Amino acid sequence: MNTLAPFFSFANASRVSWASVPVFSVTKLVRLTGELVRGGARLVAWFGVPDHDETTLVAILAMDDDSILGVARSEPVSGSYPSLTPRFPQAHLFEREVWEQHGLVPDGHPWLKPVRHANGNAPANAPFFRVDGGEVHEVAVGPVHAGVIEPGHFRFQCAGEEVMHLEIALGYQHRGVEEALAGGPHRGTMCQLEAVAGDTTIAHATAHAMVMEALAGVEAPLRAQWIRAAALELERLANHTGDMGALALDVAFLPTSAACGKIRGDFLNLTALLCGNRFGRGLIRPGGCMHDLEPERLATMTERLKTHMADVEQAMTWFWDAASVRVRFRNVGVVHPHQAVAMGLVGPAARACGLVRDVRFDHPAGWHRFSQAPVAVWPSGDIFARARVRSLEVQRSGRYLFEQLGEHVDGELRTALGAPHPEALAVALVEGWRGEVCHVALTGHDGRFRRYKIKDPSFHNWSGLALALRGTAISDFPICNKSFNLSYCGFDL
Amino acid sequence: MSAMLDLSLRLLAWLVLAPLVPGVINKVKAWVAGRQGPPVLQLYFDLARLWRKGVVVSTLASPGFVIAPAVAWVAVVGAALLLPLAGAGAPASFDGDVLLLVYLLALARFCTAWGAMETGSAFEGMGAAREVSYAVLAEVGIITAVLTLVVQSGSISLATMFAPLPGPSSALLAVGLFIILLAENCRVPFDDPNTHLELTMIHEVMVLDHSGPPLAMILHGASVKLMLFAVLLAQAVLPLSELPLPASMGVLALAVLLTTVAVGLVESLTARLAFRRVPLLLTIGFLFCLFPLLLTWMGDI
Repeated sequence: MNTLAPFFSFANASRVSWASVPVFSVTKLVRLTGELVRGGARLVAWFGVPDHDETTLVAILAMDDDSILGVARSEPVSGSYPSLTPRFPQAHLFEREVWEQHGLVPDGHPWLKPVRHANGNAPANAPFFRVDGGEVHEVAVGPVHAGVIEPGHFRFQCAGEEVMHLEIALGYQHRGVEEALAGGPHRGTMCQLEAVAGDTTIAHATAHAMVMEALAGVEAPLRAQWIRAAALELERLANHTGDMGALALDVAFLPTSAACGKIRGDFLNLTALLCGNRFGRGLIRPGGCMHDLEPERLATMTERLKTHMADVEQAMTWFWDAASVRVRFRNVGVVHPHQAVAMGLVGPAARACGLVRDVRFDHPAGWHRFSQAPVAVWPSGDIFARARVRSLEVQRSGRYLFEQLGEHVDGELRTALGAPHPEALAVALVEGWRGEVCHVALTGHDGRFRRYKIKDPSFHNWSGLALALRGTAISDFPICNKSFNLSYCGFDL
Repeated sequence: MSAMLDLSLRLLAWLVLAPLVPGVINKVKAWVAGRQGPPVLQLYFDLARLWRKGVVVSTLASPGFVIAPAVAWVAVVGAALLLPLAGAGAPASFDGDVLLLVYLLALARFCTAWGAMETGSAFEGMGAAREVSYAVLAEVGIITAVLTLVVQSGSISLATMFAPLPGPSSALLAVGLFIILLAENCRVPFDDPNTHLELTMIHEVMVLDHSGPPLAMILHGASVKLMLFAVLLAQAVLPLSELPLPASMGVLALAVLLTTVAVGLVESLTARLAFRRVPLLLTIGFLFCLFPLLLTWMGDI
């Protein structure tokens, strides 16, 4: 049964002909999207496609329980359309983005301002929301931070130590990735996509490869899918381990922080063992993988993985056994499940609110159609839960990797990729370590990209961080931020 | 003449030895974490480097921005000089000098907060607010500890007030003073001297805008203050005045070293507290100082 009707429904990593995407008037598209979201669907992407002087709005929804995606588009419009945001906050940033990219005004949007566009040397996203009052003070943090991290501006409205409101302004690293992809794929496309968010290279590269394969109507050989799945888990292990160390460091708990810093490097080196690059660049290409995992290297990897998993288990034990650490994370930075649903959070941030939301499980594609790791969920929504989900995922990813590396998958590594199908839309979702990475490609009549939309999980989750800070002490912002650990460059594109 | 020589030697000892204390703490932390860590003498190198540097002053700041750290430094060093050093006694002593010591420390804190407010930065104002609010609770602990010693010895002069307490009181006071030492010197679990996160800092955030020699004075003053508290702690709980001079100096040095190592171990093995829990621990520190006072005072009943 198509629970996303009247949207056209399809599966993850598949192709839809542009002509078969149902067309509605923009008012009807907004109304239908609202109805489906109320009925349990989730907004995966909402973007504009230039059509002569006007813009076609495209909505992509996911019905996680039924493992289907749905797509619909509007007639070309210009000017304005009724906003979804007042009733469905998860559309908030999408509508701002559409306004910024295409000039379509969402009527009734409560906070319409640029998302990332530059104005001189800084993003044009001031003025900020202000709270008035004699006891209220404003704290501005960034874009230059004390640590070596990415640039972003945080504007806090505080009453004493308590944060009343946080507004996050990004865009300092906007480098025009989507614009550069128009008319593609070009020679440099794959390299650009691997650099969308450097720590999520595997997930973005896999998503792009899946989109290209869907457009060409081929499937990557099983052995390539197997290697991609293994690399994805290695990426998850490295980043989650690094985050646990960073959380420990921010509460000045040295044993775990020192150990995890080292173990993260060990996991990155396993990716390097696989393909020669610690972040997995150059491993995945449309049509397959560029590096094989021969039996000897497979044995080395399994052996080293055993040691590293034992190390990380020990570091996590120190972390969870220390009462002084646990007390710092309990009931701090709470996001309630209903907020997580309303904001459309994804990845570990959503699973830490008790939502069973994992692309590997909900919309399996590639290797995950054959085997899945259990979804790690924790109900409390606080920093404790986000740390807990990460450490559970480290355990489960490790176990999953051992199982999968034990499989014997024969066959080719690459398959020939034909020309992309013209006038077609392909969508790929991949569960990166931060959550759902979404790539959407629309080809023109010549088979080149007419529009390529990238959505990093951070695009959803930054709003979750802002929400988590309400009523939290400002001194707990760093641990709260670290518990989400979102991408600035993945957002800025 | 010999009085002048004595004073100069003491001054030299405080100024030269103090930067060792943070060096030892960092070495202990590195050792526990399995790292090599910075050299024990790192702070000396840092001070030498800072002393040669220029000063960047905000256009908003008044001359107080540079004066405040200098006054704070002199106040802390002055307070340190008031302390007797085991068998060597104090260079100058008078009735009530212990109050002068407490006030000199308060003056230093006032000046740091003043310097922090000079640039009008939201971070530093936040840090200053935190520093002075926790100081209120920490000072209660210090005064209670001093009162214990005063009641025990019947003297309100530092030179004669470190009379040995009975064992249990001594142990309680040691714990209380150690907690206060951690709080007053912004160590874990109260503050994290190594953090780079402005929003969570107390002391460090107040000195973010300082540079060059004023920053050197602040860093050096902080190390003197740390050593001051370690010396105070050692003398308050150990019967040093009953030992011959060389032995007492040796025991004092050893006690200061042990305290330093203990600080390093605490920093290695515990996470820091959330701010809302800091008053709780400070109150515990105060109670640890209060019970020896009650024992000493009511002990005869």
